[in-house]
Amino acid sequence: MGKKKVLIGMSGGVDSSVAAAVLLEQGYEVIGATMQIWPDMSEEDKLTEGGCCSLSAVDDARKIANMLGIPYYVLNFKDVFEKKVICYFKDEYLKGKTPNPCIACNRYVKFETMLNKALSMGIDYVATGHYAIITYDEDRGRYLLKKSATQKKDQTYVLYNLTQNQLSRILMPIGEFTKEQVREKAKEMGMHVASKSDSQEICFVPDNDYSKFIEEYSGKKISTGNFIDTKGNILGKHRGIIHYTVGQRKGLGIALGKPMYVVGIDAKNNNVILGEEKDVFSNTLFAHDLNFISIDKLEQPMRVKAKIRYSAKEADATIYPLEDDLVKVEFDEPQRAITPGQAVVFYDGDIVVGGGTIKEKSNIPET
Amino acid sequence: MNDRHIYLDHAATTPVKPQVLEAMLPYFSDKFGNASTIYSVGRESKKALEEAREKVATALGVMPREIFFTGSGTEADNWAIKGTAYANKDKGRHIITTSIEHHAVLHACQYLESDGFKVTYLPVDENGLVSPQQVLDAITPETILISIMFANNEIGTIQPIGEIGKIAREKGIIFHTDAVQAVGNIPINANDLNVDLLSLSGHKFYGPKGVGALYIRKGVKIASFLHGGAQEKGRRASTENVPAIVGLGKAIELATQNIDEYNKKLIELRDRTINEVMEKIPFVRLNGDRYKRLPGNVNFSFEFIEGESLLLMLDMKGIAASSGSACTSGSLDPSHVLLAIGLPHEIAHGSLRITFGEENTHEDVDYLMEVLPMIVNRLREMSPLYEKVKRGN
Repeated sequence: MGKKKVLIGMSGGVDSSVAAAVLLEQGYEVIGATMQIWPDMSEEDKLTEGGCCSLSAVDDARKIANMLGIPYYVLNFKDVFEKKVICYFKDEYLKGKTPNPCIACNRYVKFETMLNKALSMGIDYVATGHYAIITYDEDRGRYLLKKSATQKKDQTYVLYNLTQNQLSRILMPIGEFTKEQVREKAKEMGMHVASKSDSQEICFVPDNDYSKFIEEYSGKKISTGNFIDTKGNILGKHRGIIHYTVGQRKGLGIALGKPMYVVGIDAKNNNVILGEEKDVFSNTLFAHDLNFISIDKLEQPMRVKAKIRYSAKEADATIYPLEDDLVKVEFDEPQRAITPGQAVVFYDGDIVVGGGTIKEKSNIPET
Repeated sequence: MNDRHIYLDHAATTPVKPQVLEAMLPYFSDKFGNASTIYSVGRESKKALEEAREKVATALGVMPREIFFTGSGTEADNWAIKGTAYANKDKGRHIITTSIEHHAVLHACQYLESDGFKVTYLPVDENGLVSPQQVLDAITPETILISIMFANNEIGTIQPIGEIGKIAREKGIIFHTDAVQAVGNIPINANDLNVDLLSLSGHKFYGPKGVGALYIRKGVKIASFLHGGAQEKGRRASTENVPAIVGLGKAIELATQNIDEYNKKLIELRDRTINEVMEKIPFVRLNGDRYKRLPGNVNFSFEFIEGESLLLMLDMKGIAASSGSACTSGSLDPSHVLLAIGLPHEIAHGSLRITFGEENTHEDVDYLMEVLPMIVNRLREMSPLYEKVKRGN
């Protein structure tokens, strides 16, 4: 048997660059690839930026691949990315939800389409530069997803959808590293991306102006509607539901004499529901579209730590199985701004139990 | 990853022949003079330049003063199209071309459309052939230019250039052909074919990259593309790239000397590959005309697989092939040519272009035939669609 082959997804950032180097040190035959996912540029942008292929991510990744002496390819995932990530992102916002496109991209593009493509080509694994640890637990007979060595950078929140099959074919070589160690290693190896800043924004939304993006992409003028209070009284006009997210206080464009917060979005009636700070808090949520990793399925109530958004702190909770791919999550303490469309991820210590998509908040008024 | 390396992408580019390189070398450091100067080292360059021009003219059956060197085939295409359009815009603003041109022509035409010109993109039949009758029917009193490629870069189809040339000449319309894939690969006499403008590129026939030429028939009205010095009779300013031009001249001379023998060899490799692939691999389609195609060109679509995966696996086995025209990022979109000959999107995605050249042998085809069916099979095993078909729907 020759060396095991790995296809590493290279974004041109420091994490995936170092991940590729680590895989080589571990003795794998490494093949680099960047997913081309962006829709074609506008004619206007081409005049200032140059057309496709000028993407600096590709240039950076290629440079690292050349430095490491590994073959490097740009793979076209434009169609699947558009369908599974961009369209989903737009549709969710139009439904009054707040989606997490990175979770969709990991689930459908990186670890489904790219993984299947690699496997079909006779490649053994797909690797990424995610901060997470994958191990095999003999006792449970299951692959486990664990938080990275560095809590601050841990990315398990966007990876909870991985199945056992997928986990058996995925490598995340920098899960045991801290960000500082990654940068240090990049610097030692003379990588030009060693101090490149982390990406923060949604990669396909220019300037992070997602409401403008949705308007342009859907080709629809987003209609204005009413702000209402939790009892259904009309308070004023809003600019269109896509401009708001649960918990938001700033930029509402309405003066009510006291601090008011978005506590819910009712897409059906085109209403944005405002309330006082206390109304933003809630003890309960329902999640669907579930995936469990450390257990096969949830059969009885379980004590967990639950995280309701990427940047949220974990909170003690009990999860209850309901019928039909549904769980109820009861927090010990009320949580701020539980947002439909975002994911809730359950942890048992460092281990990811599973997660799902937040379905509805228990205190949305019927209007 | 693999010890064996076989190059099967001669339509993308070719290696410079040793004799060509040898001819070029003195012009880098020894005979480095600027061809526009009066002293002896400059005169040497000028002499070499004019000898190269004669070689190109001889190869095309035209006069040396009708040959203008450019920086590439793309530049020659752009110059021909934009230069003709702007110099003749008072006569009319209509251009006829085809939907399967190289992007150098298509995008130049699209640019002109944004500047008020009208462009007709003629469709092609399922083999990629343009019908001369359709060209005739598309002509209007406003038509100033017909631009139709000699041979297609992806599917190798050779167009009825002579017939179209005749129509254009009778109608008094300027006729350009992008012959980048054809020159050096099949015999061409621009004069006999009634061609007014013809683009060619050095690196497609074992010459260097970064040099091309445009044949401009005497009397054709065309605007300059690069403004500056008096080089190329003031029609294409820039200090001449003498080493590259010398290389192009030598390469075209060598290519045309042996063209019949070269064609015979390539046709043998091509036909053998076509026959064996069609025989050994099910659900395959040959793209382009079976006979009216470039001697070294083979283009297949394999149902149920992605060309991208196929190319990667071939690369891992040391075989360099292509899926048609690739963007420089290396990422593939379905080819406009395959879509134009009527292939559905998903089949156009599963295409493979193999283009044979000078150094290829029957052993290369042996190896290809050892590897290709295996890869196609493997990729299909992972395709849910193919599973369905195998099970009898």
